[in-house]
Amino acid sequence: MKLLLPDSRAEALAMLAQTPDVVPVAGGTDVLVHWPTRIAEHDRTYLDLSPLGDLRGLRWEADELVLGGLATYWDVIRDPRAARELPLLVHAARQVGSVQIQTRGTWAGNIVNASPAADGVPALMAYDAVVVLESIRGRVEVPLADFYTGYKAMHRAPDELVVAIRVPRRTYALQRFIKVGSRRAQAIAKVGIAVTRSAAGWRVVAASVAPTIRRCPALERLLADGAPLRSPDDLLPAIDQDVTPIDDIRSSAAYRRRVMARVLFDAVRAS
Amino acid sequence: MDRLEGLAKLTGRERYVDDLPLDGFLWGATVRSPAPRGRITDVRFDPALDWSEFTIVDHRDLPGPNVIALIENDQPVLAAGYVRHVHEPVLLLGHPDRQALRRAVAAVTVEVAAEPAALDFRIPARAPEIQFGTDNVLKHLAITKGDVERALAAAPIVVEGTYETGAQEHVYLEPQGMIAHLEGDMLVLRGSMQCPYYVLKALKHALARDERRLRVVQTPTGGGFGGKEEYPSTIALHAALLALKSEKPVKIVYDRGEDMAATTKRHPSLVRHRTGVTTDGRLLAQDIEVIMDGGAYVTLSPVVLSRGIIHAAGPYACDHVRIDGRAVFTNAVPFGAFRGFGAPQTHFANERHLDRIAARLGLDPAELRRRNLLRDGQSTATGQVIGDGTDRVALLDRALTLADYDARRAEHARFNAASAVTRRGIGIATFHHGAGFTGSGEVMLASRLHVAGLPDGRVEVRSANIEMGQGTLTVFTALAAARLGLETSEVVIAEADTARVPNSGPTVASRTAMVVGRLVELACDALRARLGLDQNATGDTVRSAIRRWHERHPGEDLIGEAAYQRPPGIAWDDATYRGDAYATFGWGAYVAEVEVDLRTYETRVTDFVAVQEVGHVLHDRLARGQVQGGVAQAVGWALLEECRWKDGAMANAQLTNYIIPTSDDLPSIRVAFIENPYPLGAQGAKGLGELPMDGPAPAILNAVAAATGADPCAIPLTPEQLMGIAS
Amino acid sequence: MNVSFTLNGAPTSIEVEPTERLLDTLRYRLALTGTKEGCGEGECGACTVYLNGLPVNSCLVPIYQVRGSTVETVESLDPAGLRTLLASGATQCGACTPGVSMTACWIGDHPELLATHTIRELLAGNLCRCTGYDGIVDGIRAALEAGA
Repeated sequence: MKLLLPDSRAEALAMLAQTPDVVPVAGGTDVLVHWPTRIAEHDRTYLDLSPLGDLRGLRWEADELVLGGLATYWDVIRDPRAARELPLLVHAARQVGSVQIQTRGTWAGNIVNASPAADGVPALMAYDAVVVLESIRGRVEVPLADFYTGYKAMHRAPDELVVAIRVPRRTYALQRFIKVGSRRAQAIAKVGIAVTRSAAGWRVVAASVAPTIRRCPALERLLADGAPLRSPDDLLPAIDQDVTPIDDIRSSAAYRRRVMARVLFDAVRAS
Repeated sequence: MDRLEGLAKLTGRERYVDDLPLDGFLWGATVRSPAPRGRITDVRFDPALDWSEFTIVDHRDLPGPNVIALIENDQPVLAAGYVRHVHEPVLLLGHPDRQALRRAVAAVTVEVAAEPAALDFRIPARAPEIQFGTDNVLKHLAITKGDVERALAAAPIVVEGTYETGAQEHVYLEPQGMIAHLEGDMLVLRGSMQCPYYVLKALKHALARDERRLRVVQTPTGGGFGGKEEYPSTIALHAALLALKSEKPVKIVYDRGEDMAATTKRHPSLVRHRTGVTTDGRLLAQDIEVIMDGGAYVTLSPVVLSRGIIHAAGPYACDHVRIDGRAVFTNAVPFGAFRGFGAPQTHFANERHLDRIAARLGLDPAELRRRNLLRDGQSTATGQVIGDGTDRVALLDRALTLADYDARRAEHARFNAASAVTRRGIGIATFHHGAGFTGSGEVMLASRLHVAGLPDGRVEVRSANIEMGQGTLTVFTALAAARLGLETSEVVIAEADTARVPNSGPTVASRTAMVVGRLVELACDALRARLGLDQNATGDTVRSAIRRWHERHPGEDLIGEAAYQRPPGIAWDDATYRGDAYATFGWGAYVAEVEVDLRTYETRVTDFVAVQEVGHVLHDRLARGQVQGGVAQAVGWALLEECRWKDGAMANAQLTNYIIPTSDDLPSIRVAFIENPYPLGAQGAKGLGELPMDGPAPAILNAVAAATGADPCAIPLTPEQLMGIAS
Repeated sequence: MNVSFTLNGAPTSIEVEPTERLLDTLRYRLALTGTKEGCGEGECGACTVYLNGLPVNSCLVPIYQVRGSTVETVESLDPAGLRTLLASGATQCGACTPGVSMTACWIGDHPELLATHTIRELLAGNLCRCTGYDGIVDGIRAALEAGA
């Protein structure tokens, strides 16, 4: 194993630019899973991000919350303003694994790990979060909704580091996050839904029902049109346009589709 | 008395097999079959590795027969050219560096010429899948009482049903682990296990070695639940073979994924019921068919089947019963002992079936049970006349009262009518569990136990029964101290070391407190007799007599011995499967309350009441803990724990994907005991450990049925499954 | 490589392989076997330690990230703080117990968390197969009530 230990952000970016096929390590809660048995992974090169103190934590600006590149779920859970203003972030964070995972797992890590079942991404995406990337070539900002290009593929060059996530501060008329897992805690999402409504419009984001987490444009249009919804079935045509749930080791396509309709219906009909 | 070893466990000072210091040892690992059935055509070693660094063991290295001695002696220690299941052990590798060893395991390729695998025990095997006899049936057992066909024909109402239970993985938090090393010519095995003498027997057989050169020591065991009843013989043999070949100590500790995928699980079952009843709900005839997946090797399947069929008709009076049971070979990873041992499977079916009968008759499920629960003087399916004085109807009523059953049912009806999104329901199960080994099993075990008087006046209990969390150390200490009038600090429990303790039998079958605890008491009495003391002698009289004896016999052993005696009046016929299957039964009545989310089909258990009669409760906190833990494990089995299969092996062999309950998935489990001391158990105790596994699954499914109107008949009742059957 | 950190209150400097997890370093290099490995995937919590004061799964912490940090293991817990767990039946087989002790003591030290969390939610990262959790929850509650 090769290990790169930068002392600063600049050094980290230089290392990323110079070294091919580097794996940056933030909280380690994805990279280290089953580590002893994944011996092929031991031959790779790892870049330790943990010393980069200026990436830690979060800060509130006038018009946005800025999550640092190393901000953890626990940072958000313990921030009283987050619970008041951006409650979906807290709801999502509390449903990530367990406390022991929340204290280590980072929002940025969750984004770049790009699991179709990621826990933090739907809430961020429904809040119109923007991913801030840096490399030796400069700074790039990409809306999270546009970040993913395909299964485990994203607008991140190999030498780019997520240094921040910007979340606009807004008033929301409706905001719901529902994660359907196999149990209450420590569950990988079978279906994840984040829904918000604000002056910026409807955002409907789905997880575990497509190769990437994505906004659901047909559902957003349907909700924006304001047509009355009588039952969850009224959502199915739009769902079938937006997502492609599959059968896998955790659940079935039929379950995901039906449950997505039901939880989304329940989430929006109050409004 | 607090748990004796509790503080050591809470502070992390208790040392399990992987915590023990060990110098100059090799890690051991297993190369396994990739295919479910076929001939091994090649074993290739990647030339990129220096294999001279490794100890390599295959079936040819066995000094004795290539057999793991258990019941049928059909399971090889290492595959000798043929494999019958995915993950079957083929080779063993040893190396001082664990990571190098992992790389090496991945660098061995086992080629198998595949043959048709039998992978569904529920359907008759096709000709190419037949691997035993004409039909792959490894065991067939039948119970007959009265004339079931005639009674069914005459019954005004007949209700049928088919019920299925899935496999269950133990998930003891400490994975399987074993150390083997040579002390001179003595081969010593230390590890996580429930039955040191089972391991000794297996080692003697396959290593052609006797107990002068073999010693098995149980280390503190981090959970067993039956998963460390027979499996440790396999890992012990593996460690032993590597140690003998390398002449170095060897430690094998399974990764969690390997443990889940390659070791035993609860037998899956399919049970069919045809039940004749009167219009007012009295059982006239019970016709029951039980099929169990026997996996690739016999292991303990015949005994699991036996206990399963004996309990299959439930704690009810019925004059005409037929129970036909078969265990079928498949090419699944072998199944084995798991808490309850066949009874949870058949109780699930019978208790769910009873509720469906109640629904058919328009009867309250509680009332149906009241009308049929065994009264003293009535007999079980095997013709065992029950007469222990337990009021089983009162037991049920106690549970219903604690659960506020009638009021809750009414509340649920109102709630369900008004709620768009959730449904609530309440469900019952009444059940029994035979304590100790079936039939003549305890006699065949011929358990012996010693209580030794030590020179300083303390006493030492020497038994092969181990602590795995259920409280053996504490209970044995309390029993001996009470019997001899000593302080608990004056009682020592010897390490379960086959060189030092007699064979008091395995730590299984809910026998440790009741049967072996009784031997502790009797051995104390024998010690008194050995000292020439009156059986009333206690406390200082005993203490000083022990010390004086040692002064007069320096360097000698002062032992009181007890040997198991069959209780009088117990008669079991193994040929006809009739008679007294168990010396005594524990009785349970459980009530589960659930809330079902109609959006996601998730079921939450919102309240649970567990009432049981297990003779006299020896230690309240320990006993409640056993019940709560057993209920939790059964809740998981009922709702969460699904084995996903690929080629007969577990595809979801990770804790991320095999879901056991967390603290947030369970309500507080409310426990009550009804006392009815059993005269032949230690201080009146009956067996307790497995009974709690029998009730929760059917109680929960009955509650879900009540809540939703659906008719679930299979577990695990995952949300996906419930969606499939709910309207 | 050399890693220096504060371990159970004492400065520690140790040679490690960069592939080690904190769990491996604790158990196999430092002979601190109180912390257990139950799953290797961050699900069971038997490996729980405090890293800079917060509970983490040490099976998911690469040792190189521990440089300059504070690590506390079950060996550092004051046994007096575990009394209520002993009385309430929080431990049976003991395999999950060190992790449970760590989480339980942390909850006891941070009662303000109960304004937003239940005990059961905070405990959900510690899987137990023996107790059904009541013994553990009762013990934690008793400790909180005693202001321990």
